[in-house]
Amino acid sequence: MTPLTPVITEHWDVPDLFTLEGYRRNGGYRALPKALAMDPDAIIGTVKDTGLRGRGGAGFPTGLKWSFVPQNDGKPHYLVVNADESEPGACKDVPIMIANPHALIEGVIISSYAIRANHAFIYIRGEVPQAIRRVATAVREAEQAGLVGDNIQGSGFNLKITVHSGAGAYICGEETALLNSLEGLRGQPRLKPPFPATHGLYALPTVVNNVETITNVPWIINNGVEWFRQFGTEKSPGFKVFAVSGHVNRPGIYEAPLGITMRELLEYAGGVRGGDGTVKFWLPGGSSVPMLTADHLDTPLTYEAMVDAGSMLGTGTPMLFNSTISVVKSVTRWLEFYKHESCGKCTPCREGTYWITSVLDRFEHGAGTDPDLQLLEEVCGRIMGRSFCALGDAAATPYPAAVKYFRHEFQAATHTPVDESFPPAAGYVFTEVAAR
Amino acid sequence: MTLGHPERPGGSAEPPLSGLPVQPVDLVTVTVDGIAVRVPKGTLVIRLAELMGIEIPRFCDHPLLDPVAACRMCLIEIEGQGKPQPACAIAVTDGMVVKTQRTSDMAFDAQEGVMEFLLLNHPLDCPICDKGGECPLQNQAMTAGQGEARFEGKKRTFPKPISVNSEILLDRERCVSCARCTRFADQIAGDPMLELMERGAKQQVGVAPDAPFDSYYSGNTIQICPVGALTSSLYRFRSRPFDLISTPTACEHCASGCALRTDVRRGVVTRRLAWDDPAVNEEWNCDKGRFAFRYTADGRIETPLVRRDGELRVASWPEALDAAARGLAASRGKVGVLTGGRLTREDAYAYAKFARVALDTNDIDFRNRVASDEEAQFLASSVAGRPLGPTYDDLERAPFVLLAALETEDESPIIFLRLRKAARDSGVRIASLSAVNSRSLDKMHATWLPCAAGGEATALRGIADGQQGEVLDALRQPGAVILVGERLAGVPGALSAAAALSAATGAKLAWVPRRAGDRGALDAGALPTLLPGGRQVSDAGARSDVASVWGVAPDTLPAAAGRSTDEIIDAILGDAARVEGEESRLVDALLVAGIDAEDWPDADALRQALDEVPFLVSVATHHSDVTERADVVFPAAVVAEKAGGFTDWEGRVRSFGPAIRHATTFADGRVLAMVADAMDIPFGSGDVASLRAELDRLTPSDAPRASAPQIAAEPSVDPASGYARLATWRLLLDRGRLQEGEPHLAATARPTEAQMSQATAQALGVAGAARVTLATEAGSVTVPLRIADVADGTVWAPLHSEGCALLAIGGRHGGVVRVTGGGA
Repeated sequence: MTPLTPVITEHWDVPDLFTLEGYRRNGGYRALPKALAMDPDAIIGTVKDTGLRGRGGAGFPTGLKWSFVPQNDGKPHYLVVNADESEPGACKDVPIMIANPHALIEGVIISSYAIRANHAFIYIRGEVPQAIRRVATAVREAEQAGLVGDNIQGSGFNLKITVHSGAGAYICGEETALLNSLEGLRGQPRLKPPFPATHGLYALPTVVNNVETITNVPWIINNGVEWFRQFGTEKSPGFKVFAVSGHVNRPGIYEAPLGITMRELLEYAGGVRGGDGTVKFWLPGGSSVPMLTADHLDTPLTYEAMVDAGSMLGTGTPMLFNSTISVVKSVTRWLEFYKHESCGKCTPCREGTYWITSVLDRFEHGAGTDPDLQLLEEVCGRIMGRSFCALGDAAATPYPAAVKYFRHEFQAATHTPVDESFPPAAGYVFTEVAAR
Repeated sequence: MTLGHPERPGGSAEPPLSGLPVQPVDLVTVTVDGIAVRVPKGTLVIRLAELMGIEIPRFCDHPLLDPVAACRMCLIEIEGQGKPQPACAIAVTDGMVVKTQRTSDMAFDAQEGVMEFLLLNHPLDCPICDKGGECPLQNQAMTAGQGEARFEGKKRTFPKPISVNSEILLDRERCVSCARCTRFADQIAGDPMLELMERGAKQQVGVAPDAPFDSYYSGNTIQICPVGALTSSLYRFRSRPFDLISTPTACEHCASGCALRTDVRRGVVTRRLAWDDPAVNEEWNCDKGRFAFRYTADGRIETPLVRRDGELRVASWPEALDAAARGLAASRGKVGVLTGGRLTREDAYAYAKFARVALDTNDIDFRNRVASDEEAQFLASSVAGRPLGPTYDDLERAPFVLLAALETEDESPIIFLRLRKAARDSGVRIASLSAVNSRSLDKMHATWLPCAAGGEATALRGIADGQQGEVLDALRQPGAVILVGERLAGVPGALSAAAALSAATGAKLAWVPRRAGDRGALDAGALPTLLPGGRQVSDAGARSDVASVWGVAPDTLPAAAGRSTDEIIDAILGDAARVEGEESRLVDALLVAGIDAEDWPDADALRQALDEVPFLVSVATHHSDVTERADVVFPAAVVAEKAGGFTDWEGRVRSFGPAIRHATTFADGRVLAMVADAMDIPFGSGDVASLRAELDRLTPSDAPRASAPQIAAEPSVDPASGYARLATWRLLLDRGRLQEGEPHLAATARPTEAQMSQATAQALGVAGAARVTLATEAGSVTVPLRIADVADGTVWAPLHSEGCALLAIGGRHGGVVRVTGGGA
């Protein structure tokens, strides 16, 4: 069985880890002086060599992204940390920011130094004030300790970090919509090209990275490429903060090398809770990736293997569902989410989500039709790949996978309301108050 | 096949197709639907397809707006790309293989899918929608749609309509969120008060509470709306597109020279649209040009009128012609001719010719506004009869443009749009010598060169003397342009200084009059010192040239310079004393066309002159102070009823045909020909074709010009305590007669208010006042006060707006007014 490898999460049991003092006591800010002594290009090279892939969902190689920023162009550069974690089922960046905000900040300083940014922004989802408070306080502590500000540790490198709170739009997790939002504009994605690497925040070269990605950086600097690559696979090197949720007995954060299987993670998480004790379906990384079934529990959780299995690793936050859950209802809820969060910019996503939810609503009430099954596939097909940004693709994802594995449930929903086929009470878990 | 910049044997180049850059460019080879073409690198796929005659459906794409790729209607296949791509946002690269809906199932399905999505929430109210019949959504639903709706849910609805300003209504359920209107507001007009709000299917266009879409260009959003979401209060539910007869026309409201399309329903102008002229207005126009046309139908004079027994009575044409001919013939040599900005160049020319040939006088002046001899000399030396230029394109390519006493948004709104585009897209630097740092300067990224009202002459001399070195250096760059506004005529020495500055720096100089007919009238010789083509009355050779075109003996043309408008009025007012002193009158009759006493700097003097002149002939479209006093009134055709042309500020002739066919009115030129005929004077038929043919022989010309005026700047005298210099001009939307009958347009006018700096307000003791009273000897106006960026010592207020009739009390730019706080 693949062992867990707590790296980022190693000291999360230390009560004051979120303070500068707690972080330092547990090895924090040791990468920083090392990095500041390095040539920025060497840091980019190191990150490139590790093969670290973005942890926000798309898995784009981080070092490569950094290398797209034109150097010595005389323009200000920006680092923007995407901490707008809003994906249904994803809960890994928020715990990182709450448990160990300084690790993120150390990563921010080193990454900014590497890409020659003197101003970094951390755009945090507005619904998590705890994380915003923790990060803002940590930035202040770091400033007071001379870790952020002018001439950091005598290196001549200056950095300002701005913590920005989002205002509750899922679309602002899309990097260009996030940049718009940060500039005070409507949170809608921008036309690409040009890409943020050359025309990002305020039309200047910008790197946008996920919280977990940036948090990896101090450990990479401390331990080197070979150490990093001992985890994971050739194409998916490193470790991953897996946040396991849904019908498991011990939902939570499990940090393990990429390539661990869902079955192993499920065992760490105490097995399936409720129902008949089996996994009915699961999502490797948020609602935007196609669902898998118990047949895929032994597939390694890597970027490449997940694609081969017909899904994606996404945010690496598996969500598992037991036998009491209706696939029809799950898909309906997800689509309602995408309909609500569609920014409205492009037609397929704006109108397609409106349409799909109206059809799914019929199924949920046992009023779907056989032709509707085909219709939904066609509508999803006409959204997929045609929307402006990936949100539309995400909205077109749940249904085709669901109908592939659970067509019979949709057929049943042509005559029987979902709540009759899957009584909600069957999934409830009752706990005696005294036992808590 | 090569598009745009062909390499032909022998190296001769064909003129480039419009829409592609003129400069030599890198060509790349692209294949579209199996046809290989060479086009400039960077051309957008959708533009390339247009050039090849392949129509890719689209909604959000507009060639003059930045690509946004939001509607996804133009998805096409590009070989090697796994998913369809928006043709409106993809620039061609060498070797690119494009497949449109004609050859690609992927593209066809993508477009059909997007169309189905768009129709999901779009109401099926085409039968009552203004856009029905000319609707891109309707049309493209026919070409790219599938005919059957599969959506069975409930369509999204909104309360309807909401007004984004008083003229523009929005039916949100029809909107397809293409964002053309919001991008127009932001990118073209620079008035980003129209914005998308909410998200998902609830996304909608809207304005902030209590902040309407305040723009002079708001009507363009209706025209570029690809569905019927935006409609105008004026046109809504009035017509169906297929009931309209459309005619390309030119705008009569200012000298910008917009190409328009006039739509007529059953003989009544029902709608006007901006028409496409890349050299002038591109595809835009202002709201005045679009919505101010009700005057063509309301309150018209329909028959000739002749005064009998002291009363104007309806008369037959022969009776009126006879009365006019007898009166004018009896006064030959002593008739003044006052013409105004309503006239086309052909009609102005008819008056210029009629004055000389039939009335034997040079007493003709088109300037029914503040004017001066210096201005007449400036126009004679630098403007009249000159060929085209500088042009709009020159503005866009200029390194630097200096505006002198010209508020482009109010006085020539298309110049504003072009300058904003030049500043935004090409980085053209603009500076404005003005008393007011207006909103338009900010939108043009212009530098404000503050200048007290009336101080323009001194300031222009100062620039020439190097007092503002940067400006002088900028003007010396090849291609720099100076644009002067017509109110400089009221500042002694200013036009002399502008001409001198242009001569000293090599910067091109253009005069921007406010009225559409002014430049044409000038070129036609409707000035006491000028014959057509800028020829000088005093020049025997010039008289001889003109006489030969007119078919009269050279010595029959009057040789002495005539009287200007002011001099004609003064002469009439002095005639009473002369009669008493048993001297003969200087002016026995007036022929007046297209002027309104309300526009006059001294309306009372004009009215008195009209009262006193023994014989008055008026050629008019509407009743006015002039027709009331006339002995003979001839009804004249409005612009929509006649053919003709206006000459815009560039010197570009904008000819048009009649939009209302078979109108029963005559153009002024025909009226004059009939009067001449009744006077037994050979004049020609006076039809537009023959007038135009004659005029085109006479202007432009290279006849010897008058020298530039050399009037020194007057030393500025600080106004006495309690007084301030008045900076003023007419707002685009004001009390002008041609704007009558359209209250929704009037309600979009800028607020009537006085503006001055904090320092001026303090010096005048009105700093805390909500309202101020501006007083002249003739009266006063009381208006709200706003503290703004205005040159110290100067107060700004609109010249002729509702509640601020400065013109009527003799207020003029550069004059002084007494300023007091409060007032009712």
